[in-house]
Amino acid sequence: MLKVLKSGFYTTVQDQGRLGYLNKGVPVSGFMDSFSASKLNLLLDNDPNAAVIEVTMTGPTLEFEADTYICFGGAEFSITLNNKPLQNFKVYKIQKGDILSYGRLLKGFRNYLAIKKGFNSPKVLGSRSWYFPLTSQSHFKDQAYVNYEACSSYNPKISEWHIDSFIDETILEVTRGPEFEFFNPKDLERLFTQEFSIAKDYNRMAYQIEQKINGHKISMLTSATLPGTVQLTPSGKLIILMKDGQTTGGYPRLLQLSDKAISILAQKKYGDFVSFKLS
Amino acid sequence: MSKYSLSIRPFGVHAILIEWPNKVEEEILDDILQFNFYLKSNCLNVAKWEIVPAYNSLTLILKEKPINFNKLKNKLLEWYSVAIKVTSEPKYLWRLPVCYSLEYGIDLEEVSDKLQMSVSDLIHLHTSHQYTVYGIGFLPGFMYLGGLPKRLEVARKATPRLKVNKGAVGLAGKQTGIYPQESPGGWNIIGNCPVSMFNAQKQDPCFVRVGDKVQFYEIAQSEYDLRTIESEVGIYKHEKILLDA
Repeated sequence: MLKVLKSGFYTTVQDQGRLGYLNKGVPVSGFMDSFSASKLNLLLDNDPNAAVIEVTMTGPTLEFEADTYICFGGAEFSITLNNKPLQNFKVYKIQKGDILSYGRLLKGFRNYLAIKKGFNSPKVLGSRSWYFPLTSQSHFKDQAYVNYEACSSYNPKISEWHIDSFIDETILEVTRGPEFEFFNPKDLERLFTQEFSIAKDYNRMAYQIEQKINGHKISMLTSATLPGTVQLTPSGKLIILMKDGQTTGGYPRLLQLSDKAISILAQKKYGDFVSFKLS
Repeated sequence: MSKYSLSIRPFGVHAILIEWPNKVEEEILDDILQFNFYLKSNCLNVAKWEIVPAYNSLTLILKEKPINFNKLKNKLLEWYSVAIKVTSEPKYLWRLPVCYSLEYGIDLEEVSDKLQMSVSDLIHLHTSHQYTVYGIGFLPGFMYLGGLPKRLEVARKATPRLKVNKGAVGLAGKQTGIYPQESPGGWNIIGNCPVSMFNAQKQDPCFVRVGDKVQFYEIAQSEYDLRTIESEVGIYKHEKILLDA
């Protein structure tokens, strides 16, 4: 068991997500920054769908009640194991009683803690990703527990990974969304020439953009939306749907983020700048 | 088939959108569902593809790898042209109980004033129509219902509520529906349905499918309490009627 001594701002369990229920209105959920999370599972020789802990903005303090191996990565935090500083994307052996503590957020927004064989929170509709009220919890509370299988000996093939951090990247690669062609190109000029900043409303469901572009009067019937869909409201507000985003919507789907762009955006917070680039 | 001229457009690298004319029509919905069934039974590997029908569109999603848009578009057009009218999935009419008491129908009196109709006439009108499920989305188990009588059209509330109860039955514009879980919302609430629209513990978590129909019937508080318990412990028996294809 892993004991959550202090939960942090919004700490959840996530895997690759919940597939097969979009037609029942169930969001995909899963790692917001799948790029970082996948690298960690690879480093631990885990199944790519192994569940990890997603840490948001302020991290938790965790006590391990059994031996295992861990690694973490994504946003840069000052992280310590029994008060000794550790680094991202490196495998560490954990002994019973060890305490992992997330300190200050230095760069980015979300960090992932992967564990050998993955966390064993209950599967709901085929996935361990937390999405309330499908799963009983929305995020960790203090003094909560999550299960994992102990592992006392393991030889990692590679124990450390120097990956090019994309935390500083601000360019979101996009393709044209299904309704892009309904717009007058003049109205969309600013979309690819200016920088946009993240508004105050941003979470696992959606990121709203601060700067508006020209509004529109395009009316369409409700249709499917996906993680990474950029919607344009009649008043010109841009809303980027993320992993817990609604599965259908009635606003024109202007752009679609690439998988990598979703990971880049997942590391942004209020006030950070991004720009769109057609691929 | 080939009744309609389809618009097929890319939707990122993992999805493709097939669109029918921009109208809310049962004939269009039927055509979409028949093509959906044809694709699932003859063309696409259902273990890999997700298909989301809604109003006038089908969205096909392939998570594992990028789609070759032009190739798939041509195939889809070809499949649509040869797809014969196959037996579609069965459709049902679901009869759903609603308690229209003032305790649950917190906007009932306001709506009755606005529509200049007595509360009992309003309930009578709301329960005497069958509504078609044109889509499921927004929240798990939320149905987009069409076919609301004109006389029940009422603007959504100027300020949305931060919290609408699970099961709340609402009116907004041309729409009526049930909130499947507690959520913020701007619809006018006229009652509450004690039957859960979504159960994550079930293999098929939402019993309703796009293309089905829904009709509400009025129940008293005592029956509401009984159905709530039945639904919670999982012994509620749905009232459904098979509809002719």
